[in-house]
Amino acid sequence: MSPTDARVLLSARGIRKSFGSNEVLRGIDFSVRRGEVVTLIGPSGSGKTTVLRSLNGLETPDAGTLEFDGGPAIDFARPPAKAERLAMRDRSAMVFQHHNLFPHMTVLENVVEGTIRVQRMPKAQALAEASALLERVGLAEKRDQYPHELSGGQQQRVGIVRALALKPDLLLFDEPTSALDPELVGEVLHVIKELADEGWTMVVVTHELQFARQAADEVLFMDGGVVVERGAPREIFTNPREERTRRFLDRILRPLD
Amino acid sequence: MNEGLQLFLESFWPIVWGGITGTIPLALASFAIGLALALAVALMRLSRNRVVSGIARFYISVIRGTPLLVQLFVIFYGLPAIGLVIDPWPSAIIAFSLNVGGYAAEVIRAAILSVPKGQWEAAYTIGMSRSTALRRVILPQAARVSVPPLSNTFISLVKDTSLASLILVTELFRVAQQIAAFSQQFMLLYLEAALIYWLFCLALSGGQTRLEKRLDRYVAH
Repeated sequence: MSPTDARVLLSARGIRKSFGSNEVLRGIDFSVRRGEVVTLIGPSGSGKTTVLRSLNGLETPDAGTLEFDGGPAIDFARPPAKAERLAMRDRSAMVFQHHNLFPHMTVLENVVEGTIRVQRMPKAQALAEASALLERVGLAEKRDQYPHELSGGQQQRVGIVRALALKPDLLLFDEPTSALDPELVGEVLHVIKELADEGWTMVVVTHELQFARQAADEVLFMDGGVVVERGAPREIFTNPREERTRRFLDRILRPLD
Repeated sequence: MNEGLQLFLESFWPIVWGGITGTIPLALASFAIGLALALAVALMRLSRNRVVSGIARFYISVIRGTPLLVQLFVIFYGLPAIGLVIDPWPSAIIAFSLNVGGYAAEVIRAAILSVPKGQWEAAYTIGMSRSTALRRVILPQAARVSVPPLSNTFISLVKDTSLASLILVTELFRVAQQIAAFSQQFMLLYLEAALIYWLFCLALSGGQTRLEKRLDRYVAH
């Protein structure tokens, strides 16, 4: 686990969110320190994806506060201003379950779209950085192909590179391997694990408990819109304190019992 | 019969010329203006502002709910009553543009809605504003989806421009009408006009296929 004096990059307090009459988040508190990997696990419908999407403004919580070190700090007691939302987006980048690559752009164009169009990086620099990142994940020779010409695992690696290219302070992963064929999961997890080892700060929503065990500094188990239990992966996986956590782990680790 | 064949051959080029100098420019100009209008109306229709979307809805409803011939006559024969006299050509272009604007707006709106929500989200998470996302991510994908229906709109428009003959615009059909009236060979000349419209539309369909292929290059088959 990270030393306690590590600087907190993000802290979330009392995050609440309802869709209609369905209250999906009932007061979520957590913080992420720089260089730390936090994984959110839990049954579907537990609210973990909504937490993740709240961190970069794809969902707007009804209440609570989000504070990034160095800004912005947003209190959702009132709807956030557009500038606040944009400032929040600047701090993070998202990798989606269904990669959401732009189908009408080549791999390289996908990666530089954010850096050239949004961050206004000089073209030559953006292309050089994008090429280097693609090289890193073993996709250098795919740069001029369209997303549909790649395998699911390759598409997701491009999705990761698109996020990395923005050099965000925080990487958000929304079930990055859930939509993949089982034999393609490994190559994507491998890349994410490498990034974790390199010191990227990330929040990962995942069903891959093995990954959470190996890569996470902290695991949050969510159920019913609350964080039921949190701790180092070793504690959570080998010695869960809560009955709900135990039942969930049993269902996933021993589905046939 | 020989005489008929001779009339057919002699009038062929003048009618085609009427198409090239009348029908085609009329259709192209109206379609270009109409598409720009349609994009604006489609975006208004998608606006969360109820007044804005209401205006767009009303416009589309009027255009689709009234005959094109009536729209054309209101502009050319009606407006002079309130002191607004517009020449035949501009009248025709205004009427056809407004018409395309109404029909194509619904096509473009549906095409924009057909782009998956995840594309908007991906655009937002890389920091794009709504308008940049629309321009860079959504519209290029919507364009591909809307080529077949918009091609139909264009082909309909090419044929509908024959109505402009009724407000004295010299185009394909008006040339045929004049030759028919002069020669009294109505059947022959009107069939010939029909044939030439058909040839024009065949060429346009070929163009549509090529355009679809080009825009399809990034889609899995």
